[in-house]
Amino acid sequence: MYKFKNKSKNQFMANQSYDAIVVGSGISGGWAAKELTEKGLKVLLLERGPNVEHIKDYKTATTPPWEVPHRGRRTQEQLENHPNLRRDYVLNELNLDWWAHEDDSPYVEEKPFTWFRGYQVGGRSLLWGRQSYRWANLDFEANAKEGIAVDWPIRYDDVAPWYSYVEKFAGISGSKDNLAILPDGEFQPPMPMNCVEKDAAARIKEHYKDARTWTIGRPANITQPLPGRVGCQYRNKCSLGCPFGGYFSTQASTLPAAVATGNLTLRPWSIVRRLIYDKDTQKATGVEVLDAETNQTVEYDAKIIFLCASTFNSTAILMRTATDIWPGGLGSSSGELGHNVMDHHFRLGANGQMDGYEDKYYFGRRPTGLYIPRFRNLNGEKRDYIRGFGYQGGASRSGWNRDVAELNFGAPMKEALTEPGPWSAGFTAFGEILPYHDNTIKFSDTVKDKWGMEALVMNAEIKENEINMRKDMMADAAEMLEVAGFKNVNTYDAGYTFGQGIHEMGTARMGRDPKTSVLNGNNQVWEAKNVFVTDGACMTSGAAQNPSLTYMALTARAAAFAVDELKKQNL
Amino acid sequence: MVGATAILTGCAPEHQIEGLNFSPEDIAFLDEIGDTIIPETDTPGAKATGIGAFMVMMVKDTYDAEQQKTFVDGLNAIRKEFKSSNGSDFMDATSEDRLTYLNGMYDQFKTSKGEEAKAINMIKDLTVLGYFSSEIGATQALSYIEVPGKYDACIPYNKGDKAYAI
Repeated sequence: MYKFKNKSKNQFMANQSYDAIVVGSGISGGWAAKELTEKGLKVLLLERGPNVEHIKDYKTATTPPWEVPHRGRRTQEQLENHPNLRRDYVLNELNLDWWAHEDDSPYVEEKPFTWFRGYQVGGRSLLWGRQSYRWANLDFEANAKEGIAVDWPIRYDDVAPWYSYVEKFAGISGSKDNLAILPDGEFQPPMPMNCVEKDAAARIKEHYKDARTWTIGRPANITQPLPGRVGCQYRNKCSLGCPFGGYFSTQASTLPAAVATGNLTLRPWSIVRRLIYDKDTQKATGVEVLDAETNQTVEYDAKIIFLCASTFNSTAILMRTATDIWPGGLGSSSGELGHNVMDHHFRLGANGQMDGYEDKYYFGRRPTGLYIPRFRNLNGEKRDYIRGFGYQGGASRSGWNRDVAELNFGAPMKEALTEPGPWSAGFTAFGEILPYHDNTIKFSDTVKDKWGMEALVMNAEIKENEINMRKDMMADAAEMLEVAGFKNVNTYDAGYTFGQGIHEMGTARMGRDPKTSVLNGNNQVWEAKNVFVTDGACMTSGAAQNPSLTYMALTARAAAFAVDELKKQNL
Repeated sequence: MVGATAILTGCAPEHQIEGLNFSPEDIAFLDEIGDTIIPETDTPGAKATGIGAFMVMMVKDTYDAEQQKTFVDGLNAIRKEFKSSNGSDFMDATSEDRLTYLNGMYDQFKTSKGEEAKAINMIKDLTVLGYFSSEIGATQALSYIEVPGKYDACIPYNKGDKAYAI
């Protein structure tokens, strides 16, 4: 297991120069740091929050249920103090410290918006859902074919080798399904389906004649060891940090690799306010950092800069940069900086019960469910909306917390609850949101965060296309559950507010033309070629798949390009 | 001395919990209710897990004011009505009488969903939660496996095998 010591503050000299600066240490920033340091660059990795050391700082990772003060329930105090976090599962007494506090980091909801952020070393790589799906070529082509927004400047073939590259290192387990809509990757052996899932998947395959597929999820949980990582122990406590390195996180994966090169300097508590831009060379020369502990401003110089500060924060840094030249900031001449906010809309689907299988069970807590890749608007089908959605879900036996209202108190109820209950399954749909120009973020004139920085104002909503899609998202789940043999099938729609998918995308999109996009096909800012944005901000459309694997691939691809360009002295 | 006088006259005013001031006697009362819902069998019952103190902590920390009032009013009502229908204090009654009474109340909840009956469902909910997530409940009544180390997707289940605690 690896240890990492922080430099003390006085070892950081102002205007110290690096080959590269990476802003943000989450999934994308961790990859940028690994790739750039491994290629020999001296890298400064800046993180706005505190350090979280692998294993040592996973304080609740092995806490048994009886030591969890409220056994996972929320206190009135937590609910009062966290008006935003309380909107979803993220408000949890076991890892509350890893979600940004809305008092310190407020934002303004011009329209309802939920923004769940991880402000610490590792960012949300510690907390993510780990579902890792490639995009299909159809996803990259959709904007051009349908005349939506602008065309992606890249296609699947540009990204495919980088998907392979990051999958091998990150460790993605999954089954090869040979589906055009969900390309196979370099997978570790898949986690198996349980008895009910296996039979249900077979019924789906037969009924829909391969037009719909239930497959095992492809999580960034490893089923075989990788260097420094023991592998998944089937505890399903991933979001508390994994002492076994069972899932991909900055701490378990990219940071140790970057540290091992001897080329990395990690500086926590470093909020990047803006880039320092030289209009003569049309390059950024460095970054202006606000020390989150001392409130002092420090500057660092570098030849190249990777913005991986999370979708909206990377864009906010651009919006604060070079405002003397462009009032809206670096990249705003496109008219698209801060526009085209996307997410995945969800929180609806269906569930049902399976009779029988009382003599079947499973051992271990599998940290993934099933995935149902998109099947709508394919092969010539035209619904009353474009694009599509996928599902995540699975089947299991209920436990002691099930309702046994038919049983009386006393020994009968106790005995019943010590045995597993009936099988049931549920699926939640995740749908694509189109990139709408008028879904925006901008700076507030009045609200500031704890450090005096302008808060963001969110103005985004789903529109007719998504609302129409939601009918299918619910109805198709119910139909498939019935086909698969489930009874008492119920649909549900728990309501969606923008951002709840925690898949924020867009606001500094890639494109083919500086007049309509912020970044080119190599994630370079058109007006500052030594600045790369490789997190969710770069996305030109959103597809229906979980986006993090694509950020990893785009980051590794951009890092290789950047180092090549540096060597050619083009940057 | 009011209490002493009352006892002497055989006309004790019912003890009532005020606000959220649970006395040790109130916690003992909750322990007995919890142990009626989840009794000792071949594994310990809810009282052995300190269910009374757990319920009080959860009511104070996780319930809103309205839920707290429902819980306390309901608990006071159980104490009072048990005595008027059974003629003895709940604490002095047999476990059969306790069980019959609480099951009656739970039936009432299942059919009427009345305000007073809501409390019995709260007590049941906290008892089940507190018991099965306790060390005794998780490791004795259920099967607690901190580090499974593997995933077997499809294994036989024999009636009587324990469910997993987590």
